[in-house]
Amino acid sequence: MNTFSDSLSTALALLLQADAHLYAIVGLSLRVSLLAVVIAAVFALPLGAMLAVARFPGSRALTVLINGFMGLPAVVVGLGVYLLLSRAGPLGELGLLFTPTAMSIAQAVLVFPLIAAITRQIIEDAWLEYTEQLQSLGASSWQSALTLLWDTRWSLSTVMLAGFGRAIAEVGAVMIVGGNIEGVTRVMTTAIALETSKGDMPLALGLGIVLLTLVLALNAIAHFIRSWAARNYR
Amino acid sequence: MNAMPTPMFPLHVRGLGFAPAGNEILTDINLTLETGSFTAVLGPNGAGKSVLMRLLHGLLAPTSGTIQWGELETRPQQQAMLFQRPIMLRRSVIGNVAYGLHVQGVALSDANRRAQQALERVGLAHLAERPARVLSGGEQQRVALARAVALEPRILFLDEPTASLDPAATRAIETSLADLHQQGTTIVMVTHHMGQARRLARDIVFVHQGRITEHTPADEFFKQPRSTAASQFLQEELP
Repeated sequence: MNTFSDSLSTALALLLQADAHLYAIVGLSLRVSLLAVVIAAVFALPLGAMLAVARFPGSRALTVLINGFMGLPAVVVGLGVYLLLSRAGPLGELGLLFTPTAMSIAQAVLVFPLIAAITRQIIEDAWLEYTEQLQSLGASSWQSALTLLWDTRWSLSTVMLAGFGRAIAEVGAVMIVGGNIEGVTRVMTTAIALETSKGDMPLALGLGIVLLTLVLALNAIAHFIRSWAARNYR
Repeated sequence: MNAMPTPMFPLHVRGLGFAPAGNEILTDINLTLETGSFTAVLGPNGAGKSVLMRLLHGLLAPTSGTIQWGELETRPQQQAMLFQRPIMLRRSVIGNVAYGLHVQGVALSDANRRAQQALERVGLAHLAERPARVLSGGEQQRVALARAVALEPRILFLDEPTASLDPAATRAIETSLADLHQQGTTIVMVTHHMGQARRLARDIVFVHQGRITEHTPADEFFKQPRSTAASQFLQEELP
């Protein structure tokens, strides 16, 4: 127990002193995961919406696939993206391996099915309610999809936060494609893994506290958005 | 020089049937609607009235028969429908009314101007900036009516538009409908309010067990319906 309380006080000291080393790691984590969610959302939102409102060849199979991939193991995603980006891989010439961009790509792949699948579910529920009205007004499938994306924006914003939470908390994918290089690709989760194995508990615990606080704060924000929207828009 | 628009009336319905998966809902529907008419569609629950409206409006495809709009080859765009339960989008009242115009490609400023006019016609201009979903049911239905009116439809379909509204909201809707009819809009309305049908409709279509048993001028229908199904239906009416 002594190690724990000692580590905890050192960790708090690091946090309060605004330790540059620690905050650089936190900053990179935020940047990488934010970009990942943006990349994933750009593709996942339209796909989820189209899967909800339109039937096209392969749409059912695609729905099953993205639902199944919601729980994609992060290390497997890391491995896949590693193979794509490694020198001998199809995208090797871009030279992205072991860069923050590679980490964002891996996390984007990881959260893409999650965002697409939940978006599809939310939009489909809304579509059941709106379908006759939108068709009556003459909206095409694309127009309906866009309308529903906008109309469910509050629910979708919490999906984005969930995706961000999954991205920033995963360790397997960024470890493989980022390489955990100090000052370049070291993020909170990879740092925690490394410092723990090295026995540097204070830094690991300090990062752990920041990570936990962030994830809790995200959930609080999601909850706040939901209840605010429920009050103002029903 | 503008070419004369191809007339979309009269609307001829011939041998129309709707039987999804062999489950017969409407059978051999024959109906002619003239421009400027105000038709109430009456009949017991489950007779197929709502399905008939959806077929005419084009939300459902018939499994047999034809719907011929005047001399047009396709379904005309100048039509709108009001549903029993108004569906409000999560945006402002005026945003809801302008939505149908946006969808049909009307330019933004033009759409907003027409939406504002439509709101004035139903007497809700003062609520334009409010989020639509926080309005009362009656106000929402009037917004839905404004949304339909903004499209300047030549024919308006209504499926029990006042079924869940209080008398004041019902009166507001009825006033707007009478006004629209006055200005030349053709109206087809499903209703269970006999008083409403008496007040508004010029002719009555009676639907019973998936078939039209009669299409009669309203004053005649309420005096002496031609079909036994309709006369039984009227006798069962509560005071």
